[in-house]
Amino acid sequence: MKAPVTWIRELVDLPDGVTTDDLARRLTALGLKLEAIERPGHDLTGPLVLGRVLTAEPEPQKNGKTINWCSVDVGDANGTGEPQGIVCGAHNFGPGDLVVVVLPGAVLPGGFAIAARKTYGHVSAGMICSASELGLPDGFGGSSDGIVVLPADAGEPGDDAFGVLPLRDEVIEFEINPDRAYALSLRGVAREAALAFDAPYADPVDRPVPAADGAGHPVVVDDPDGCPVFVTRVVSGFDPTATSPAWLQRRLQLAGMRPISLAVDVSNYVMLELGQPNHCYDADTLTGAIRVRRATAGEKLTTLDGVVRSLDAADLLIADGSGPIGIAGVMGGEATEISASTSRIVVEAAHFDPVTVFRSQKRHKLGSEASKRFERGVDPLLPLVAADRVAQLLVELGGGTVEPGTTYVGEPPAAPTIVAPADLPARISGIAIDDATTVAHLEAVGCAVTEDGTTLSVVPPSWRPDLTEPFDLVEEVVRIVGYDQVPSVLPAPGAGRGLTREQRLRRRVGRTLAGAGCVEVVSFPFTGAAALDALEIPADDERRRTVALANPLSSQEPEYTTTLLPGILAAAARNVGRGAPGVALFETGTVAFATDVAAPLLGVDRRPTDAELDALLAAVPFQPQHLAVVLGGVREPAGPWGPGRDAGWADVVEVVRGLATELGATLRVENAELAPWHPGRCARLLVVGADGTETAVGHAGELHPRIVTAHGLPARTSVAELDLDALLAATPSTPRGPSFSTYPVAKEDVALVVDVSVPAADVEAALCEGAGELLESVRLFDVYTGEGIDEGRKSLAFALRFRAVDRTLGEGEAAAARDEAVALASQRTGAVQR
Amino acid sequence: MSGPNNEYDPVQVTPLNAEEVAAARDAALAAVEAAADLEQLKQARLDHAGDRSPLALANREIGALPPQARKEAGQRVGQARGAINQALKARQEVLEAAHEEQMLVVETVDVTLPVDRHPRGARHPLTTGAERIADVFVAMGWEVAEGPVIEAEWLNFDALNLGPDHPARTMQDTFWTSPAENHVVLRTHTSPVQARSMLTRTPPIYVVCPGRVFRTDEYDATHSPMFHQVEGLAIDEGITMAHLKGTLDHFATAMFGEGITTRFRPSYFPFTEPSAEVDLVCFVCRGTAVNEDGDTCRTCRGEGWIEWGGCGVVNPRVLVACGVDPERYTGFAFGMGIDRTLMFRHGVEDLRGFFEGDVRFTTAFGTEI
Ligand SMILES: [Zn+2]
Repeated sequence: MKAPVTWIRELVDLPDGVTTDDLARRLTALGLKLEAIERPGHDLTGPLVLGRVLTAEPEPQKNGKTINWCSVDVGDANGTGEPQGIVCGAHNFGPGDLVVVVLPGAVLPGGFAIAARKTYGHVSAGMICSASELGLPDGFGGSSDGIVVLPADAGEPGDDAFGVLPLRDEVIEFEINPDRAYALSLRGVAREAALAFDAPYADPVDRPVPAADGAGHPVVVDDPDGCPVFVTRVVSGFDPTATSPAWLQRRLQLAGMRPISLAVDVSNYVMLELGQPNHCYDADTLTGAIRVRRATAGEKLTTLDGVVRSLDAADLLIADGSGPIGIAGVMGGEATEISASTSRIVVEAAHFDPVTVFRSQKRHKLGSEASKRFERGVDPLLPLVAADRVAQLLVELGGGTVEPGTTYVGEPPAAPTIVAPADLPARISGIAIDDATTVAHLEAVGCAVTEDGTTLSVVPPSWRPDLTEPFDLVEEVVRIVGYDQVPSVLPAPGAGRGLTREQRLRRRVGRTLAGAGCVEVVSFPFTGAAALDALEIPADDERRRTVALANPLSSQEPEYTTTLLPGILAAAARNVGRGAPGVALFETGTVAFATDVAAPLLGVDRRPTDAELDALLAAVPFQPQHLAVVLGGVREPAGPWGPGRDAGWADVVEVVRGLATELGATLRVENAELAPWHPGRCARLLVVGADGTETAVGHAGELHPRIVTAHGLPARTSVAELDLDALLAATPSTPRGPSFSTYPVAKEDVALVVDVSVPAADVEAALCEGAGELLESVRLFDVYTGEGIDEGRKSLAFALRFRAVDRTLGEGEAAAARDEAVALASQRTGAVQR
Repeated sequence: MSGPNNEYDPVQVTPLNAEEVAAARDAALAAVEAAADLEQLKQARLDHAGDRSPLALANREIGALPPQARKEAGQRVGQARGAINQALKARQEVLEAAHEEQMLVVETVDVTLPVDRHPRGARHPLTTGAERIADVFVAMGWEVAEGPVIEAEWLNFDALNLGPDHPARTMQDTFWTSPAENHVVLRTHTSPVQARSMLTRTPPIYVVCPGRVFRTDEYDATHSPMFHQVEGLAIDEGITMAHLKGTLDHFATAMFGEGITTRFRPSYFPFTEPSAEVDLVCFVCRGTAVNEDGDTCRTCRGEGWIEWGGCGVVNPRVLVACGVDPERYTGFAFGMGIDRTLMFRHGVEDLRGFFEGDVRFTTAFGTEI
């Protein structure tokens, strides 16, 4: 909402010395938020004077243009009293016209300094100004495009133009919150200004209007819920050639609206002034009575913007004998609009149901100045006075007469009575506010207040449909007392339980991975088929079960992702593209798997039952937290310590294993095949619970070389993706303190030859089981193929450590246990001791 | 230097006269003194104090002497051997010290050589920033509540007094999941976590909810379809706007330092009534609106205040929908952007830096902020 300060001051008599900045600050403190202050014309400095054109000699030029060599009487403004010689390229004026002349030394908006200069063979000492050069609206004061030609009686040559034209003003632009629809008008802004400074306020609504007699243009309202009030007045004998006066055009322009024609400008002016949207019809295009009704599906209407709208049965229409002529509260129809020959005008001012207007506006994507006001709530008592104001202004500025009849159909909705404890504002704000202050402030905003002991019965004013409940009154009282009066007091919650275990563990995950050299990234979770195709994820993979968005920002990424890989790989490629020799990234984030369950529509007048809540939550997709890691390119740079090396599958498995160890989880790794990993270098990760049950939590390994290339990543780039929730759930909550033996250790090494296809982990598991309880640890320290080992076989060398809890192991005990271990490994995996 | 006696010959060693013992001692002391390093000293020890050294051999002969001579010879040989051992020990210490000195010189390295074998990792400032905020509230006895980012429409809107026809519902540009008839959205704020907290906890409730939220904003330097919010909710008996102000003042001071407090301006949010915008004293100019050079402060654009977020008293309608008795309890709620808070706290000019994943951006913040 843009409010010209001169207009505000016309309605409220502000105390001396109140500046525009003061006004904006105080209104912001009351809830009309300052967006910006504009100062049009303040970048225009004189001399800027009126001049009368004495002569204007057209002089054709070689370039095909014709210029006018003019002499202009500027009185004594030029210091000599002699006519001023000025070259002018415009042609919409002639000798005898009163124009605006800017003299050398002046500066026009945009820092354009005026000086006498040689042009087209003359010394041009100034400029005859156009509207746009002065920052005024095009067609200002009825001039056709070009030079501003003033009415002959506007002033005398040499008069200061600033005293004649509305060149300078200040405009406060407010951001109006949805609950303060009344402030979408000068009436409302001025009322708040009066409240802010306790200043005298002249409500523009306080004017005599003729009583309704039903003799205006006939109206039938079929839907009084959608249209509680409908008023018409008629103006006849209107001069269709009359143009808007300068002040009207200027005010509309300053308020952010474009002047169009007198009738439209008047309509808009009254909307800005009072906040009541209204409409002017060409009476001669109307067919019979105006009817307010719902549309029938399939009806069509060409709206003022020239678009054919297909109407919905829920749209509330203004119609006549010819069919629809407007969507109520949203936009009028083209067929009945004011034209250049309209001389008889039907003025409409009505009150419409906010929800109906809101839905129509949304349905037709047709937000307008009218709908913006109606959907937030307009004062229902306005239609009569607004229609009269429009009619009177039309006649005042465009001639003709207001016909005596006034049609008024309907009944404005009654204001509610709000019953509230008198001390509620004090109790909710924490400010000491006595009851008398509460009553006074409620009355100051226009409420009628009745006190009954400690209870107040409050009837809000007609322009405050937002005030419906006791807490609404609290805000009114507290904003006048001042939000700056709210004291600062810390509440005293009981002892808290701190972070949850999962919250603590998630922090630890981040710290561990950062400690492993990985940098955390945060990616958008949007994805699409192309990204999943690029990872070669099969059609039946559950990672294809993405949550589709109804209104994605990008047609390439219309889904919420099931995997963090597209995002983190894009980040990796971005780093590589920007010259990073290697990347080590990690990301934790929510992924989602679609659930095609519709949520029930629940009310809000009570808590949903547990069953209702369950049904609601069933519609919410499964959304685990995932963790992804990518390592690619240089993992260890070359340096004085020796050659560097690139990341590979083992690095990412190491990072994940290290994380599990840090979290206290037992992780088992097995070979697996899954896109987008290299089929021979992919590990499935399983956490082993306390009871021995295993849960798959994700995969780690090298990306498929094809996918590495497709994503522009370094060769052998390796990634892991885990279900972090599942990993954290498997970590022991309370680790047991260890007990360990201090007796000497006995070491035994074994080398076992197996088929290359046998996983080392299987051999190790068999050794562990076979060795029995004396085994303290087993560690693979070498894998050998080549001379001495048959083709297709490999030698695995394990170091076994044995120790008893209660004694030093006797001669041969460790060797016996080792033999047991080897025997089981042989049986399970075909291992042969070397 | 005298060599060892290779063969035991009593005749040769018989004369244990003083001169010979003295000569053997002197030869030994000279050899010890002449040893230039530990290796030579080892040889000298073998030659002059070893089992086959002249004095060792002489010592064996002592037993064969008559008692009279035995004592005298024993004394003489013993003194000589003592002197040699002492010299050996002294020389040993000297040479060891010299050797150590030498080794330290030899082992000297250029410690300015790069040693950054393992590139550094870092956590994301949005993560550590959210943790820092959570810590401020946890220290006050609050708890951290969480909820899903894809959320039931009822929890994101209706329960928060944003009915289907509320104009504010279109102000927040919502991502809807498909089909829209399922009434599931990407949450537009973290407020559904507040609703869930009220639905599942028993008052008093003091929770803070950091998390990701989504709006259909085009991506630019100050807008993103995904950003981060932190909201707080307190439900208790006797909660007032003063408690809200106290909490936010404490939060502001904890995040931005002493003297950085907040102010309220009337505003509108469907879930709160009364509602307020929260401004923060500009922590760069500390409210003076000018910088050190006397120019207009760039952080607050000369306002002295920075817009921080929204807040208010929980609308009783919200309490009703979420099963909290509005006759007994009141509450307050607040919310602000984490990304935005970090942008002005750390002077980040372009929001997109948070989401590009360039490691140079993230590592600049270290692992905690
Ligand atoms: Zn500042």
